[in-house]
Amino acid sequence: MDGTLGLLGRGGGGGSSGSSTNESTVSKVEIVEQDFVGMPSEASSYPEEAELELGLGLSLGGGGGAAAVKAKASTWGERGRILTAKDFPSVVSHGGSAPSRLSDRATAGALGAVSGTKRAAESVSQEGGSPTGASQVVGWPPIRAYRMNSLVNQAKSQRAEEDKMIGEQDKSKDASKKKIYTKTDITPKEKGHLGFVKVNMDGVPIGRKVDLNAHSCYSSLAQMLEDMFFRSTSTAKSTGGEKEQVKSSKLLDGSSEFVLTYEDKDGDWMLVGDVPWGMFLGSVKRLRIMRTSEANGLGI
Amino acid sequence: MNYFPDEVLEHVFDVVTSHRDRNAVSLVCKLWYRVERFSRQRVFIGNCYAISPQRLIERFPGLKSLTLKGKPHFADFNLVPHDWGGYVQPWIKALARSRIGLEELRLKRMLVSDESLELLSRSFANFKSLVLVSCEGFTTAGLAAIAANWMNYFPDEVLEHVFDVVTSHRDRNAVSLVCKLWYRVERFSRLFIGNCYAISPQRLIERFPGLKSLTLKGKPHFADFNLVPHDWGGYVQPWIKALARSRIGLEELRLKRMLVSDESLELLSRSFANFKSLVLVSCEGFTTAGLAAIAANCRFLRELDLQENEIDDHSGHWLSCFPDTCTSLISLNFACLKGEINLAALERLVARSPNLKSLRLNRAVPLETLQKILMQAPQLADLGTGSYVHDPDSETYNKLKATILKCKSIRNLSGFLEVAPRCLPAFYPICMNLTSLNLSYAAGIHGSELIKLISHCAKLQRLWILDCIGDKGLEVVASTCKELQELRVFPSDPFGVGHAAVTESGLVAISIGCPKLHSVLYFCQQMTNAALMTVAKNCPNFIRFRLCILEPTKPDPSTMQPLDDGFGAIVQSCKQLRRLSMTGLLTDQVFLYIGMYAEQLEMLSIAFAGDSDKGMLYVLNGCKKLRKLEIRDCPFGNVALLRDVGKYETMRSLWMSSCEVTLGGCKTLAKKMPRLNVEIINENDQMELGPEDGQRVDRMYLYRTLVGPRKDAPEFVWTL
Repeated sequence: MDGTLGLLGRGGGGGSSGSSTNESTVSKVEIVEQDFVGMPSEASSYPEEAELELGLGLSLGGGGGAAAVKAKASTWGERGRILTAKDFPSVVSHGGSAPSRLSDRATAGALGAVSGTKRAAESVSQEGGSPTGASQVVGWPPIRAYRMNSLVNQAKSQRAEEDKMIGEQDKSKDASKKKIYTKTDITPKEKGHLGFVKVNMDGVPIGRKVDLNAHSCYSSLAQMLEDMFFRSTSTAKSTGGEKEQVKSSKLLDGSSEFVLTYEDKDGDWMLVGDVPWGMFLGSVKRLRIMRTSEANGLGI
Repeated sequence: MNYFPDEVLEHVFDVVTSHRDRNAVSLVCKLWYRVERFSRQRVFIGNCYAISPQRLIERFPGLKSLTLKGKPHFADFNLVPHDWGGYVQPWIKALARSRIGLEELRLKRMLVSDESLELLSRSFANFKSLVLVSCEGFTTAGLAAIAANWMNYFPDEVLEHVFDVVTSHRDRNAVSLVCKLWYRVERFSRLFIGNCYAISPQRLIERFPGLKSLTLKGKPHFADFNLVPHDWGGYVQPWIKALARSRIGLEELRLKRMLVSDESLELLSRSFANFKSLVLVSCEGFTTAGLAAIAANCRFLRELDLQENEIDDHSGHWLSCFPDTCTSLISLNFACLKGEINLAALERLVARSPNLKSLRLNRAVPLETLQKILMQAPQLADLGTGSYVHDPDSETYNKLKATILKCKSIRNLSGFLEVAPRCLPAFYPICMNLTSLNLSYAAGIHGSELIKLISHCAKLQRLWILDCIGDKGLEVVASTCKELQELRVFPSDPFGVGHAAVTESGLVAISIGCPKLHSVLYFCQQMTNAALMTVAKNCPNFIRFRLCILEPTKPDPSTMQPLDDGFGAIVQSCKQLRRLSMTGLLTDQVFLYIGMYAEQLEMLSIAFAGDSDKGMLYVLNGCKKLRKLEIRDCPFGNVALLRDVGKYETMRSLWMSSCEVTLGGCKTLAKKMPRLNVEIINENDQMELGPEDGQRVDRMYLYRTLVGPRKDAPEFVWTL
């Protein structure tokens, strides 16, 4: 049983057969701001410390304590209960008692966005206060992909069909859908694209994948990619208390030696950031972080 | 304690101490019986003459699993006359007469008659496992009775329990004896394989040469939500190849979440002369070319049912590939196809299919064609409209209205993928006959039109709708649909914010108005403990309860409390609950409730819930019938995973993603349990950077299997 989990349940450590009738396991949960790599985080009010007292017996008295802990604000961002290695200050040390683990954590954190872990979900409370938690987590809400795709497509064609409901059978359904893509009223909320896209960077042999649905704007995507490709061994962020400011991504503003490009449905390579986000979602097939010097004819 | 001879006690305690959740045995052994008799489920009687059936039944009314031994050991060596004793009949008679819900019976060296087996097979609705070791006195007739009656009670779970017999029994002689006899029982023609990697096609074919109908499931459930890479596995090709090479006369194939290629469909279509029925649910990997092969080559095809598959639609004329001689179609569902359809071919096909009972069209089929089809097939019982758009003042629409009046057999209505709501009144006259209505893809029907339509459907038993019906609409459902058994409310705007489409009050209204409700899937914006408690009280008959609050970890908005008590009320009240999905803010407490009360629970889906390993442990310890457990984004780690590794062999599968289990924990588990496949999905190269045991595993999927690690795992899936 590794040390980090030991803090979670002292009695449970060692995986012994549970002859622990009298044990009252005190789990100290220290909530540290989830400084998810690449995601802008705000000064959300995580409680400093939440103590949970859970008796092992079936007495439900201890449960009251647990309930009391839950008196926090309800915004989705405050997932104080989730424990990660970052929550345990004894592990998360500057000296790095388990540095490689932390780097894995950081990398995993970055990659977490790709696989849509709760870490991604936690840091997503920045959508203007409204409960958009559902839209930012991979595989959530749990609706079969087929149904989800169908809903999205239906929403698009609803708009197009509203004007020609009567008397006309729309023979060229594909044509009408194509038309929609060029309309400018696609809201940022529309997710026309589900799943992961590959990202390759010039000079890096191993590609990655990102889930575009975990982002709602170009800057967050670019930030994440920057951290994924340019800061893959960083551990600094995983110590508690650091706040990650939203800064404009170098990849987007042309100040880096790389630019972010994407291949669209027609096979053309375009500069990321030119079209509205929703439209981008609907047409992107894959991403490439290209050397600026090679990005000719893309409007640079 | 005075009533029981020592040997019974000691073996009971053997069972007890080896079962992990009886932790404090030595402390309470004397009090144990007195306190625990009602919860004792497994009893081992080393000598069937040490106690009478009546005493046992009296003492352990909760008995589910009984082991009996009869003749002395030396009877194995012919030192004891055949009819010395050890008859199981008095036991089975007594148990049958009692209220005991026996599920497992294991007998060793006993005399078992066909009469006993038949009585056994008829007396216990939940009977699951029969193990006979070194017994005699019965014939295949007795086994046939078991087989026949098992199939009536559990048509879908036969194989799972056959495996119980095969894998858990230590006496290989007995196993092969049982299997040889089973082998001869030709009536095993219908098999359900809940996990295609639990057994190999070859073994299945060997065991069940009389196989006619096969159901296979591939990817884990969470693959539906894009949590599993596309090429994880679940290929049907090896199955079809093996079946094609055998002498099996396959007639029905049902696949769920599997990868199906055109090649597979073609091979299928050419290999089984009597092939009748193909049902594909949530599958992918094939195109309309594969469908063309099925249409062209399956001369006696009765059913082609495509549900929610991702099919590459080349818009070829697959429908035209049904030969003119094909007149056997009973069911055709191509609603999920996205491309064009040869309408003339469709009309001709319907015209020459007098037995057609179920037809679900895709959106390429316009209203005019629907009218012509319904003229040809007024006998339809199940209709899925395609594009239902027209001018309600037109002649075509009037014709349709008249045609529908003749379709008095329609009980099941769906579709409306595109809809002009003003044309809905054409269906009003038959609404009162409907028992099933699926409007979950009919985003074009809103508010009042939706409510008006439903208000005509007084006999509905199953209703699938979108949440645009609103709480008020659900109240109308509650007052109209008194026969309602199953309700599914899907979100019309899954990523939307703000406008509360349906809330807890809609569900409460339904619970009040629909006494027969037993299955619910409800996507909503919020839920309260009070509402859940009310629902629990009103609907104690729930079998399936799936609640999805769109915002993860949202608490009860009126109290800001977790929803533990609400779900606790559900599991406490609904004693027959078999499937549960929970969302909202939930602590370990809810799992405590589940472990305590959800005795029949077979499938549990958890997301963003719990505080510690205890949560998962409560469930693993408490839910005896748990078969499938899927967990995402919960703080459960190695402690919970490894506490009772034997438990996983009693389950079909466990999924954990974004939890706290580490590579080391998974490795430990895999090492201890060779009959499990422990798979790690590692798609993002993260572990190639130096996999460390302390590293958290992003996605783990484990399942029991008879055939070891699968050979078709892609490189990003590691079987530990």
